[in-house]
Amino acid sequence: MSESLIEGPEAEASLVSARGLDKRFGLTRALQGVEFSARAGEIHAVLGENGAGKSTLMKILAGVIRPDAGELSLGGEAYQPNDPAAAQRAGVAIVHQEPQLCEHLTVSENMSLGAEQTRGGLLDRRAMEQHARRALQELLPDAEAMSIRPEQLLAELGPGPRQLVAIARALASADCRVLILDEPTSSLARSDVEHLFAALRRLRERGLCIVYISHFLEEVMRIADRYTVLRDGAAVGLGEVADATLDEWIRLMVGRDVRDLYPRSEHQSGEVALELDDVWTGAGGPAPLTLRRGEVLGIAGLVGAGRTELLRAVFGLDGVRRGQIRVGAYAGPASPAIRLNQGVGMLSEDRQAEGLAATMSIRDNIILSKLRAFVWPRRARREATRWIEKLDIACRDPDQRVGELSGGNQQKVALARLLRHDVDVLLLDEPTRGIDVASRAQIYGLIDDLASRGRAVLMVSSYLPELFGVCDRIAVMCRGRLGVARPVADLDPESVLHEAAVAS
Amino acid sequence: MRAFIERLLSRPWFGPLGALLAVYLLFAGLRPDTFAHAGNLEMMARQTVVVAICAVGMTLIMIKGGIDLSVGSVVALTTVVVARGLQAGLSPWTAAALGVAAAASCGALNGILVAGLRITPFIVTLGTMSIMRGVAKGLAGEQKIDANAAGLDEWMAILPPEYGFLVVSPGVWLALGLSALAAGALVYTRYGRHIVAIGSNERAARLCGVPVARVTVMTYALAGVLAGMAGVMEFGTLTVGDPTDSLGLELEVIAAVVIGGGSLSGGQGSIAGSLLGALLMTVIKTGCTHVGVPNWVQEILTGVIIVVAVALDRWRQQPRQSSSAH
Repeated sequence: MSESLIEGPEAEASLVSARGLDKRFGLTRALQGVEFSARAGEIHAVLGENGAGKSTLMKILAGVIRPDAGELSLGGEAYQPNDPAAAQRAGVAIVHQEPQLCEHLTVSENMSLGAEQTRGGLLDRRAMEQHARRALQELLPDAEAMSIRPEQLLAELGPGPRQLVAIARALASADCRVLILDEPTSSLARSDVEHLFAALRRLRERGLCIVYISHFLEEVMRIADRYTVLRDGAAVGLGEVADATLDEWIRLMVGRDVRDLYPRSEHQSGEVALELDDVWTGAGGPAPLTLRRGEVLGIAGLVGAGRTELLRAVFGLDGVRRGQIRVGAYAGPASPAIRLNQGVGMLSEDRQAEGLAATMSIRDNIILSKLRAFVWPRRARREATRWIEKLDIACRDPDQRVGELSGGNQQKVALARLLRHDVDVLLLDEPTRGIDVASRAQIYGLIDDLASRGRAVLMVSSYLPELFGVCDRIAVMCRGRLGVARPVADLDPESVLHEAAVAS
Repeated sequence: MRAFIERLLSRPWFGPLGALLAVYLLFAGLRPDTFAHAGNLEMMARQTVVVAICAVGMTLIMIKGGIDLSVGSVVALTTVVVARGLQAGLSPWTAAALGVAAAASCGALNGILVAGLRITPFIVTLGTMSIMRGVAKGLAGEQKIDANAAGLDEWMAILPPEYGFLVVSPGVWLALGLSALAAGALVYTRYGRHIVAIGSNERAARLCGVPVARVTVMTYALAGVLAGMAGVMEFGTLTVGDPTDSLGLELEVIAAVVIGGGSLSGGQGSIAGSLLGALLMTVIKTGCTHVGVPNWVQEILTGVIIVVAVALDRWRQQPRQSSSAH
């Protein structure tokens, strides 16, 4: 179906385009026959859920990875970048979600890194700083307002200014025609977003083609001219933003009626499993909370509101500033080992860096939290095989390295560990971040099943439809303060968003 | 058959084993009469004992993601403590136990500093390397201490004929036994899996309730015990307590682990590989001496082998990683 998206006139108008792109990673087909086309002088949004293939497509355009099949063209000519440097020479630059800059260097050093100006063999600092100042001013006439000084250390800048430095660097490095921005606003404050948008509009007037990836659909509505929607590695929609609606985008992105995604059975809330009394974490407080067995309680809020800090404090990974955490009747000191003994388990939001040991096998990861003094590899393998079958984890065998699995399967391994531990209270931090729709549906089913069997689930998510689909009650966190948990039936997404953002 | 070969190739000790065989056959071919002699084999085994025992401890530490630069100083300190003990009239077993205890405390100190102060192990053990060396010199009054070896030398001596059934010296058996214990512990015990988990991803280990600090202290202490036993064997060889002994031993030990597939970033390595690495270095040294290659060439050769071994290991692991990405 995607072949029909790009037709004759579109092909002529396009500056950068892709046809029939295929890319596989292990068992996942990240891209299957993707068609893409963006024009000069437009901001082209690429939409899609996590795992839809957005990042893979962008990495291919920017020469970071090579496609297995398909062709690219740039300015009417075939375009086959072998590495990011080749892409840059051709005029395609990418700025990643977390800008890749050196904190210990100054702004101007960062901007001329790899292309330093010298005079008589020595660094010509003044020329570099002038160059940086000019580049920043070109990008944003009121760069002074953001107080970026070229001689300043990058470490002194916040995420907003850093993003601008990264963009300025990308633009300065060559005759840039295509600028790819990957989630540029995800860690920015609102005022910084406005600065960024102003800069992007200027660049668009200069005839640049800006490819803009974002999860924030409202922002895309404001800034983009056209859009492409990806789902499961294929392009399923292309059009003018002016003609589109949020509902239409969401339908295209999810590809099915959202209601099917969330199975719901009867939950019977029972005794109190976890109680937080006037708890303050490093991110603020207070966070009062009562979690009962047999219920799924969601915590909504913006990134950085302190939700992760709260879960970590409950699990004993970080300390509590003030207040008391009671698990059942126990209110003593906490450490992950103590909590696991009490039947509390946690799923980390960061699978790669914390949730799993990527170089260890699936088997080792599943059994790690609960080992007897002596370990019998064969028995452990049998046990792992059982969980692999139970959770339908796609893998070669239990000895395969976890790092080789797709995101969804990795998350299922992490969940298998909690299930094997048979915990009563599950702390789930962004349990479906970055995983495919099929795995998500499965995880929602698991959560529902756990609650119906009397387990208590405390779940942090930044994805509202998910919270509304899965939870019995939702509480909103804003700047470390946790609001009252209310039944889902009494809430609507707008009021939750309002509560999450009201103090920011 | 192909699966079998692939399995063999994927074993971490396969590379060092191949290298060891190749180097051995090379020298055996060059000097069939002297180098390939059984007595020479036995001697090389004895000469590897100290490095091998230290390498067992170092392997545990490096799999956990740490490093121990103080091991040479600890071995020297142990020889001094043993000699002082014997001088004071202790029985050889008591003196040896005292030496091992001293080394174990050094290891525990390393572990407490690493886990407690959260300073990188490289810096901590760089410090304790100097501290332990100083302590050894102070304890020895800056000179070698002569003592009656009282039988401790027999651990490392050529076997007398009546003990011929042992085939190799007790010291070699000690090294092999400790290695087998450690290799088994890595695979079959909770402690061993915890070490690997911490080295693979410390944050994930913490999330799983692994007592990271306790395992850290225990691992350094255990490495201390092993360094102590190596120190007793070193005393058996020297039959004096020498505070300036084993200078640079730590680098040799780290080299053995690295040749054996260990990684400075943790999570990787095997006891068998480290043993083979230690043996490989002895074979090169001895072989070069037999062939008459001067010492400076030996040193260059050893360095080249270290770099080549690690580069080969990288290369060997690469196709596996990319094949899994398709």
